[in-house]
Amino acid sequence: MSKFYRYLNRPEGSQDNTDQGLSLSRRGFLIGAAGAGFTLAFFRSGLSFAQPEDVVQAEAFEPTIWYHLHPDGRIVVNIAEAEMGQHVGTALARIVADELEADWSMVELNHVDSDPKWGLMVTGGSWSVWQNFTPLSQAGAAGRQALIEEGARLLGVSPDQCQARNSQVIAGDQSISYGDIVSRGDLTRTYSEEELKEMPIKPPSQRRLIGRESMALDIPGKTDGASRYGLDAKVDGMVYGRPLIPPTRYGATVNSVDDSEAKSVKGYRQTIVLEDPTNTVPGWAVVIADSFHAANKAAAKVKVDWSAGDTADVSEQDILDHGVKLIENPDKGSIMFPDEGVDDAFGGAADVFEQDYITHSVLHFQMEPVNALAYEKDGTWEIHTGNQWQSLIIPVLAKALGVKESQVIMRTYMLGGGFGRRLNGDYAVPAALASQQLGKPVKLVLTREDDSRFDSLRSPSYQRLRMAFDGDGNPVGMEHHATAGWPTQVMAPFFMPKGANDEPFDPFSIQGAAHWYSVGPHRVRAISNDLANATFRPGWLRSVGSGWVNFALESFMDEAARKAGQDPIDFRLALLKAEGRNAGQAPNSVGGASRQANVLRRVRALSEWGQEMPEGTGLGVATTYGQERNMPTWTACVAKVNVDRETGRVKLEKLTLVTDAGTVVHPDGARAQVEGAALWGASMALHEGTHFEKGEPVARNLNTYTPMRMGDVPELEIEFIDSTETAVGLGEPATTVTGPAIANAIFAAVGVRMREIPITAEAVRKALQA
Amino acid sequence: MATEFQLNGQAVAVDIEGDTPLLWALRDDLDLTGTKYGCGIGMCGACTVLVNGRATRSCITPVESVANATVTTIEGLAPDGQHPLQKAWVQTQTPQCGYCQSGQIMQAAAMLRDFPEPTDEQINSVMGGNLCRCMAYVRIREAIKLAARELNGGDTVEASEAGGATNE
Repeated sequence: MSKFYRYLNRPEGSQDNTDQGLSLSRRGFLIGAAGAGFTLAFFRSGLSFAQPEDVVQAEAFEPTIWYHLHPDGRIVVNIAEAEMGQHVGTALARIVADELEADWSMVELNHVDSDPKWGLMVTGGSWSVWQNFTPLSQAGAAGRQALIEEGARLLGVSPDQCQARNSQVIAGDQSISYGDIVSRGDLTRTYSEEELKEMPIKPPSQRRLIGRESMALDIPGKTDGASRYGLDAKVDGMVYGRPLIPPTRYGATVNSVDDSEAKSVKGYRQTIVLEDPTNTVPGWAVVIADSFHAANKAAAKVKVDWSAGDTADVSEQDILDHGVKLIENPDKGSIMFPDEGVDDAFGGAADVFEQDYITHSVLHFQMEPVNALAYEKDGTWEIHTGNQWQSLIIPVLAKALGVKESQVIMRTYMLGGGFGRRLNGDYAVPAALASQQLGKPVKLVLTREDDSRFDSLRSPSYQRLRMAFDGDGNPVGMEHHATAGWPTQVMAPFFMPKGANDEPFDPFSIQGAAHWYSVGPHRVRAISNDLANATFRPGWLRSVGSGWVNFALESFMDEAARKAGQDPIDFRLALLKAEGRNAGQAPNSVGGASRQANVLRRVRALSEWGQEMPEGTGLGVATTYGQERNMPTWTACVAKVNVDRETGRVKLEKLTLVTDAGTVVHPDGARAQVEGAALWGASMALHEGTHFEKGEPVARNLNTYTPMRMGDVPELEIEFIDSTETAVGLGEPATTVTGPAIANAIFAAVGVRMREIPITAEAVRKALQA
Repeated sequence: MATEFQLNGQAVAVDIEGDTPLLWALRDDLDLTGTKYGCGIGMCGACTVLVNGRATRSCITPVESVANATVTTIEGLAPDGQHPLQKAWVQTQTPQCGYCQSGQIMQAAAMLRDFPEPTDEQINSVMGGNLCRCMAYVRIREAIKLAARELNGGDTVEASEAGGATNE
């Protein structure tokens, strides 16, 4: 089942957790000779091929999951997921290799292009390992079984006398290597869906690679300059393009271009105005030159007269004010849960607590500014760029170019940072349009400032939370109203499920609100901020809504605990009851809220919780289910901060994090993801952020945009819960806890409540003086 | 007019506009793409190379200013890519996306000449100019210390197979 349908059928917050999204229904598996060696792959049923070779010849495989055994013993695993620092290829290959009983040193990765035969290509949502674990295990087990059968035949023994280990089939004191089996034997096999399900998957106790330490395969090339990123792509005869970006994201038109002064720049060729039938880059002009330097120099001298679109005067405050208005209109938005009784709970409450929270615009600021090389070759459009969601942008590219989707192919490169920016491949469109208009290859490169202006940034958000208490101070009802720009509505509306009131919602922009606390009837209302959507193209940014939603939710839970006169951890533990819909379901959320309670208790034990702190120092806690209710990564964090009462400066001293991600495939890679994600969350809480003025983000480069640097890094203590439960996502969950934990720690330290991020020293100082 | 300089031990000449940033001369004219473009204002450090042994932001360095100088890029730091810093970067599994790491390693190489046994504070202040958006900072610091130990005659950094780094 594709990721699209998984989402459509099982939206965030839905009651039906039964579908795993991992089903292999209507798929078979084959091993067929291909060149030298054998290819092992899933194939589409419905297509009936008499011989596996024919399927291999036609490359009619099911998505993304296939590998090749070479006669020299090499095992090449094909990876369709984007490599952007998560070492995803290593994790996926180790799942295959473990079941295959392969010699890990013989395993290689091959990153494939966007040919439709690989299926849907999207890398995001921390989904990769979770979605591929079962199919990859079965694919590895099928290969192992075939190698044992054929190895046994070649050794003249029966298969049940044999075992596979370290790329060898062994029977007593005889053995034969996988390479020799491939050279001498015939591995051709097909397996039906039923046979595949019967494939003997090893119990966790017999795993030899999964869960063990290993070196990531992509790392050595990142220490000697050898790794190739999109920016490194070149082709003979290409020219460089530097865009001239209009004053508004949408609705701008070019009235005139005056390049008379640019003509003196050596290497300058011309400035073109793009006609974009997809409205991806309306009002763009591109300066064309022989070098990027010449394009830059000329760009400073080209004068473009634009008519701006409607959002030319929109400010951050306008967007937030509009959010408040939307929240105060009860007819707006989508209601996620069909919960009855919310109004009664609040009507009959002994006490009601309400607070509002704001998060500001955040740039992706991935280190490699977006860029793309585009050209036509033999009737096919070649797009060379780092991208996370090829399947989303290829139809747009085809429409922009007026060609069939089958005439557009995207070549894969390392990503100089993804963080969700490259889920939106909009930057490939102007490269393709410019190339088509000029009839030659164009390498379009955005400067850092261009990249920031054109970013699909994290929308500002405005949220209002309410809790109803009974006479004993127990929560009996809750409301969470959240508004922000919705990336999924703008770019992938087919991904939006409908809420209880039949209104569609962006699941990524409200995830986190469907929490596992038992608080009585719960109303979650997600509202699209249409002014945000019109002013910029909202983006998916590391953990998406779970970032801003949990800043509000976990700050609010802390405030509610204090209002109830309880310790913030005790208060949460009492609500993590694992009852009803919070009991959890196999396979993804076994244990439910009890596992969230477990990470919370564990982080309490690891941190200095409950101990006396020096003046101006405090601990704050936050806990989340990571991103998706259907794929919970149980996460808890305690932050320790010191606040300078004079300046308001917050020093983050330590983050303690506990994660239960079920089975951990690549432990060191997992730890690296938690390190990076936790610091991203801290950076968004304390260091970085921008705001809109005159329709554009104000901060565009590092002179004004200030992400965390080495000197800001706190001590990190990171622990994983030892588990053999379903492997879930790790790329983003830690992002969701650090922000609220820091805000809560500031309150513990100096008694001021910061309900807006980024938390600036000036805001803290003002709050202290108030 | 062509600008001549020593690049990774070889004499080179590039016939481009003298105000072209060294970064683009390296990447586009000399085909050494290991040096990266990040911010263009010298504040991210992804473009760091050594000019006469000093860490230099190549994105704001006109190529004409390195005439007759000695330039070292990540490709020329060690002939086999096995400089103690490079080995330490692998051993600690530091790179994530990897885009900033050429610049990080070149900056660290320059630092270790000035501070052969750097303290955390020295590392923070020198490396503070190099942004790592994946936030692999803990490992960068650990890798620098590991390499410093080898350069000072201590343990050799082993590129072990089993590997696996921790930050504790």
